[in-house]
Amino acid sequence: MNVIVCVKRVPDTETRIRIGEDGRSMEVTGVKFIMSPYDEYAVEAALRCKEAAGDGDVRLVTLGQTDSQETLRQGLAMGADSAVLLVGDVTADGLATAKALVAELEGTDAPLILFGVKAADDDQQQVGPMVATLMGRACVTGVVSFEVSGDVVRCHKEVEGGSEVIEATLPAVLTITKGAYDPRYASLKGIMAAKRKPLDEKAAAAMEGRLEVVSLSPPPDRAAGKIVGTGPDAVPELVRLLREEANAI
Amino acid sequence: MAGKFEGVDFYDIDTLLTEEQRMVRDTIRDWVEDRVMPLIGDAYIERRFPKELVPEMGELGVLGANLPEEYGCAGLDNIAYGIIMQELERGDSGIRSFASVQGALVMYPIFAFGSEAQKRTWLPKLASGEAIGCFGLTEPDYGSNPAGMITRAEKTADGWRLNGAKMWITNGSQADVAVVWAQTGEQGDTRSIRGFVVPTDTPGFTARDQKGKMSLLASDTSELVFQDVELPEDAMLPESTGGLKHPLMCLTQARYGIAWGVVGSAMACFDEARSYSKERVMFDGPIGGKQIQQVRLADMLTKITQAQLVAFRLGQMKDAGTMTPFQVSLAKRANVDMACDIAREARRLLGANGILVEYHSMRHMANLESVYTYEGTHDIHSLVLGQTITGIAAY
Repeated sequence: MNVIVCVKRVPDTETRIRIGEDGRSMEVTGVKFIMSPYDEYAVEAALRCKEAAGDGDVRLVTLGQTDSQETLRQGLAMGADSAVLLVGDVTADGLATAKALVAELEGTDAPLILFGVKAADDDQQQVGPMVATLMGRACVTGVVSFEVSGDVVRCHKEVEGGSEVIEATLPAVLTITKGAYDPRYASLKGIMAAKRKPLDEKAAAAMEGRLEVVSLSPPPDRAAGKIVGTGPDAVPELVRLLREEANAI
Repeated sequence: MAGKFEGVDFYDIDTLLTEEQRMVRDTIRDWVEDRVMPLIGDAYIERRFPKELVPEMGELGVLGANLPEEYGCAGLDNIAYGIIMQELERGDSGIRSFASVQGALVMYPIFAFGSEAQKRTWLPKLASGEAIGCFGLTEPDYGSNPAGMITRAEKTADGWRLNGAKMWITNGSQADVAVVWAQTGEQGDTRSIRGFVVPTDTPGFTARDQKGKMSLLASDTSELVFQDVELPEDAMLPESTGGLKHPLMCLTQARYGIAWGVVGSAMACFDEARSYSKERVMFDGPIGGKQIQQVRLADMLTKITQAQLVAFRLGQMKDAGTMTPFQVSLAKRANVDMACDIAREARRLLGANGILVEYHSMRHMANLESVYTYEGTHDIHSLVLGQTITGIAAY
């Protein structure tokens, strides 16, 4: 079964973010970029889907600049078969990004298009559902695992205090979150093989963003901690505060 | 405790790496973080080589990673191979030693001196970790002077009969196959030294673990004894006709990996010391704010950066085919010495905590004493360099 996975290049989640001089963007000098971890779950899910079916291709799609090739090759090294880089404005908002992706994806015969549940950088959670809407496909978000049977995909979600099972008719769009799909390591042979796999690059369809980032600022410094006392006498007060103020116990 | 390990790259060596080399680094770094770090402290205390990691190393493609793909290997360049060694040794020198021996001392000689049949039989299994290998050159009385070896392979009607003993053999008791170097001619005739591929279940072959080690505790070190081990004709590596030169070529491969590997252990110690120095409060402030610790940390960073540049340049020369064994001697000697210094200083910076297994520096410090001594001792490499400089051999 053919599966398409849309991925995004984001700053390493361990990066200490610095705000750029314009106060509206991130300083990227010296920052390491990775595939968004949620997208890695989606790639893993796609690879398992292909392996379970015994045939099909996993194709990666991203919108970005030339440096996003590295992100795509990481997915190819994990085992995806081909990739396409749509060269365009990476600061575009969700709808513009979704439209650019749809221009590429329209007409695909892949029954499943997967996304990470959200990009680890902007947390918007928009592009997957928007692509589904624009393509008229069913969409299930926040999927922790799924199985395909005939033309139905059975999706498992974690909801408050339990789990939810949703069935959708293919073709569909799923957004994947942490759960059953711990991403595999890109093996060294996979890294070598990735160089020989097709990676197409083409201009993204023109997009017009409607959102503007007005400002970025770091969170305020954390306030100093509170010392409630010393020794065993302080324990009841500590427990009371943890229960009543911090809601931690 | 330190946060996620991010390596040391003060001179932006990352920009000298290819995308593929960086991807290899990230893969092995993540694997070491996820799989080696959680178990290595306990394995060390239990004096246990974590054999359960071997199939994973095979699947990743770590074993013989710079050998060609047609034999089941990853076919990486030598800088990528060096980076693998660096990242493995950031976990533990014993883990890196396993990979070094398997790749450089067992797979390399089979690849370089073996018949096509030997390569097809052994390399894919060794690459996948299905088979474990060891390398027998050093003997109880012949370490720095392998030319004196007494292990002998005697020609028989339909093959060879092996007698003798080898010592300080990494992976010895776990191995399925041993590459053993033995004299086929008269005692002292080093030109008659040949390599043999010896399955360890051959009658007369025994391996016993060395007891009482204080270093490389998460690695098996054994003594091999051969008593009338009957081998078929085709056990000999047919191209191993260079006398002592050919086992020494294997050691050059392994020493190359060590020159990179110890940069990893040094990075691990520096990373731990740096993070501890910022957190540990003494005299009302973090010890990282004290001049004496800053000098320590500055020395560490300087030496690691120097060693990284030496390893990187050595890798360029190896890939270009111009690297000499003497250049490898310099790198092995200088980089291991550097790592020994850094591990010791890091342990000291950690104070009393530094003697605990929860911290890594003392484990590295103890391991590195073996690394200092194996694969050509520090002193022998000094003499190799001395001979290169003056033209006069001092040994």
